[in-house]
Amino acid sequence: MARVEKTNKLGLVKDDYQARPTTLCPGCGHNSISNQIVQSAFDLNIAQHQLLKMSGIGCSSKSPAYFLGRSHGFNALHGRMPSVVTGALMANHTLKAIAVSGDGDTGSIGMGQFKHVIRRNVPFVYIIENNGVYGLTKGQFSATAEEGLELKHYGRNEMPPIDLVLEAIISGATFVARSFSGDKKQVQALLEAAIAHKGTAILDIISPCVTFNNADTSHHSFPYGVKHEVPLHEIQIIAPDFVAPQDEIEVETYEDGQTIEVSMHDGTSVLLKKLDKDYDPRSKAQAYAVLEEAQREELFLTGLIYYEEPRPTLPELEQVADTPLALINDRPSKDKLDDIMKSFK
Amino acid sequence: MAVNLPLEQESATDSKPIVNDFAFSVATQNGSGSQTSNAVLVRSLFNMGIPVNGKNLFPSNIKGLPTWYTIRASKDGYVARRFTTEIVVAYNQDTVTEDIKNTPPGGVVIYRDDLKTPPERDDITYYPVPVRKLMKEANVARAFKARVENMTYVGVCAQLFDMDMDVVYQSLLDQFGGKEKPAQMNMDVIRLAYDWAAENLIKSDPFRFETMNGTAGKILITGNEAAALGSVFGGVHFVAWYPITPSTSVVDDIHKYRHLRKDDDGNYTLAIVQAEDELAAAGMIIGAGFGGARSMTATSGPGLSLMSEFVGLAYFAEIPCVFWDITRMGPSTGMPTRTSQGDLLFIHYLGHGDSHHIVLLPASPEEAFEFAWRSLDIAEEMQTPVFVMSDLDLGMNNWMADPFEYPSEPLKRGKVLDAESLTKFIKNHGKWGRYMDVDNDGVGYRTLPGTDHPNAAYFARGTGHNEMAVYSERSEDWLANMNRLRLKMETAKQHLPQNIEDYDANKSIGLISFGTNEPAMVEARDWLKNNGIESNYLRVRALPLSKDVFDFINKHKTIYVIENNFDGQLDQIIHMECKDNLTHVKSLTLGDGLPMTARWIVESIEEQETK
Ligand SMILES: Cc1ncc(C[n+]2csc(CCOP(=O)(O)OP(=O)(O)O)c2C)c(N)n1
Ligand code: SF4
Ligand SMILES: [Mg+2]
Repeated sequence: MARVEKTNKLGLVKDDYQARPTTLCPGCGHNSISNQIVQSAFDLNIAQHQLLKMSGIGCSSKSPAYFLGRSHGFNALHGRMPSVVTGALMANHTLKAIAVSGDGDTGSIGMGQFKHVIRRNVPFVYIIENNGVYGLTKGQFSATAEEGLELKHYGRNEMPPIDLVLEAIISGATFVARSFSGDKKQVQALLEAAIAHKGTAILDIISPCVTFNNADTSHHSFPYGVKHEVPLHEIQIIAPDFVAPQDEIEVETYEDGQTIEVSMHDGTSVLLKKLDKDYDPRSKAQAYAVLEEAQREELFLTGLIYYEEPRPTLPELEQVADTPLALINDRPSKDKLDDIMKSFK
Repeated sequence: MAVNLPLEQESATDSKPIVNDFAFSVATQNGSGSQTSNAVLVRSLFNMGIPVNGKNLFPSNIKGLPTWYTIRASKDGYVARRFTTEIVVAYNQDTVTEDIKNTPPGGVVIYRDDLKTPPERDDITYYPVPVRKLMKEANVARAFKARVENMTYVGVCAQLFDMDMDVVYQSLLDQFGGKEKPAQMNMDVIRLAYDWAAENLIKSDPFRFETMNGTAGKILITGNEAAALGSVFGGVHFVAWYPITPSTSVVDDIHKYRHLRKDDDGNYTLAIVQAEDELAAAGMIIGAGFGGARSMTATSGPGLSLMSEFVGLAYFAEIPCVFWDITRMGPSTGMPTRTSQGDLLFIHYLGHGDSHHIVLLPASPEEAFEFAWRSLDIAEEMQTPVFVMSDLDLGMNNWMADPFEYPSEPLKRGKVLDAESLTKFIKNHGKWGRYMDVDNDGVGYRTLPGTDHPNAAYFARGTGHNEMAVYSERSEDWLANMNRLRLKMETAKQHLPQNIEDYDANKSIGLISFGTNEPAMVEARDWLKNNGIESNYLRVRALPLSKDVFDFINKHKTIYVIENNFDGQLDQIIHMECKDNLTHVKSLTLGDGLPMTARWIVESIEEQETK
């Protein structure tokens, strides 16, 4: 019996959101994030031509070639994706963008651009596929590697890690989350919330490199993540256009104080159901405290770590025309030039 | 142009008046407000109808270090820097000894009388100015005194050299954007000094200005402002930059004219982002170019060094974008406020691997304006980074120019497929690939993000790709791409500004130069002719070099390639690109941080010719 494939509101099947087959190692965390991007875009009925996929350089940054084949993409330079996204979105501010970076790409060579793009509040989803190593150059320590991590060819890391979530918050990010590529449901929920966010949305997703950093004890490994992940909350997204998955969970009404609802600009609601911890991501103080605790206690906390109402985006600050700049053919008139010339006489 | 020679008098000792044909050097302290007084002098001469050029030879410093401003008035219209300046205004204790030493015999020194000066020379005329005494008398609030005391030399010069005081006042008004209050305050000081000089100085030099009609219809403008205007009128949508002397005022002036780029809703069609460094600035304009906007940056050598990886990416991913290089003296921080043509080789081949770029070489404000809008067209037509190499001399100094001509053509956006034309393309060619060369000119058709068509998307990348923009490490794909890029550069030559040639088959000496050497070249050729050396001249206006350059070289017995860098970089490019015998091609290079003079060219060529 022929299986009828499910279509979304645009009449597309999920396959229409795929791209070229991945060339990453089987089991690489990055692949599973690509799959979640495909799933989210399908579920959110995203018209692919309205979305840009951008990246830097690294195994992680290769992945945009493996999802959303009908979206324009740009695989830029190592650590410099943020500037390219900035320009592309200034050329056409009506587009959305999903960008993929790595922990090396963002935490080392690209640290400057990471912070400055946040400061400018360029509206896009900035995913860091964080595996604690440089995958593409074969397993050197990255700046997010935990102290004491031992790698085959590079010995022991004696330096403290950089926490990219903390860096993002300090830089003024208004949407900052941490997740684990093995926690598909959470990755997908956070992705969907991030896509709805009107500002730079940072997703630091621990995404194991199964080839170079996957020992049970390594903080970025798959087994470690499965065993140690502590979600701060359960996340449910109610998108305006959301096509509910088959096994739809009804929006539950939680008891008072058990659920925090964050409303996004496009009408999306993010419901955060409290788990063990009493955690409100709208408090910067709580975010700092929980990150400090996570570091001290070596806890792998995931979820929406920080959220605030976004400030104006860069295109808004620049007061750019409603029509995308790219489509404008605007030369001031000859009279204007002649007037200016007169003022120089 | 009338030829009146010798062009640089070694002495002006005879008592015949010298009218509208001499140069000033004004020595002051950086940050002392001399910018304004010098600008007023230049503008006054310009408003008197005397062809003039002012050049600021300033240190890399905000306040305190010595700075010189040279002004050349030339009834014959020569506007290159002069090697010697007959009139020396010495207002700086730190340099007064040197300034007086450099005054040519027969010259004039106007100096503050409170400076310690070396023993008097008897072959020059001295005019001491009691600046303190005058400033005590001046009706100027204490807070402003230091800023306006340089106006005393304006008054003294106006008196000694017969400048029209109404014109001086008008020039002050121009300088202060029509604001009468500051103009009046400065004018009071000028008049005080003027009257004092009339009563106390005995004119004993032959130099004089006379109103003439040599600037009618002309404007005075910096190359950077011309570049800014050209970009705004060229329809630039996006500018990203990081401040660096001497390019900063390009973007400052784009800001100044941004109001011309508002749509009906009052929103801007031109956005400007100050990046965190030049690397990011390059990334932003490349992103914008990919997104379909006309984008540009302005920088100088150090900034371009940081941009080089991105430039390679833009070349290979074929992204339109424009880079202005307002060159200054390198390597490294070098002499950041001195001019140079030292980036030519570097930017022509910027990036690792096999890449070469289009470089436009403006020589005047008119060309800075024209190349600004044309560069945006060329970048989009050729889908590649385009460089415009100006320099500090053109960029930051005021030049006389003809009013700019409005762009003669509508914006050229190059080969862009929208959804409809993409469908047609696929119908005609079976498929569409970003780097397919269906026109056999090396230039593919691109689509912009946002195009509503299931086949419109492609993945831009710096990694090896085939004509479908799909990742490929196959050698055939790589070579096909490189061959197409080479063809594209050939095609580009037809879109670039043509070189300007002055050729006469009877002459055996050919001169080749580019950029701001132009005024010195023009003057030197007249001078050489007068000395019995006739020459042809080709001014290169764009790279890659076109065939006419090689033809010109082959038509002469001797070729001199004249440039303002140390290594002879245009000469090197000629040697790399021209396969013919080039033993008759000689390189004459300066590269001392100053704008070229006719005298240096004449001396260098005469030395070679008499060998
Ligand atoms: C300017 C520059 N320097 C170095 C490299 C080499 N390089 C490529 S990827 C990479 C590290 C990637 O690490 P990460 O961002 O963590 O990505 P991963 O491969 O781990 O997903 C490096 C150093 C480069 N491409 N460009
Ligand atoms: S090397 Fe590591 S990061 Fe790269 S593809 Fe393989 S598993 Fe993934
Ligand atoms: Mg990594």
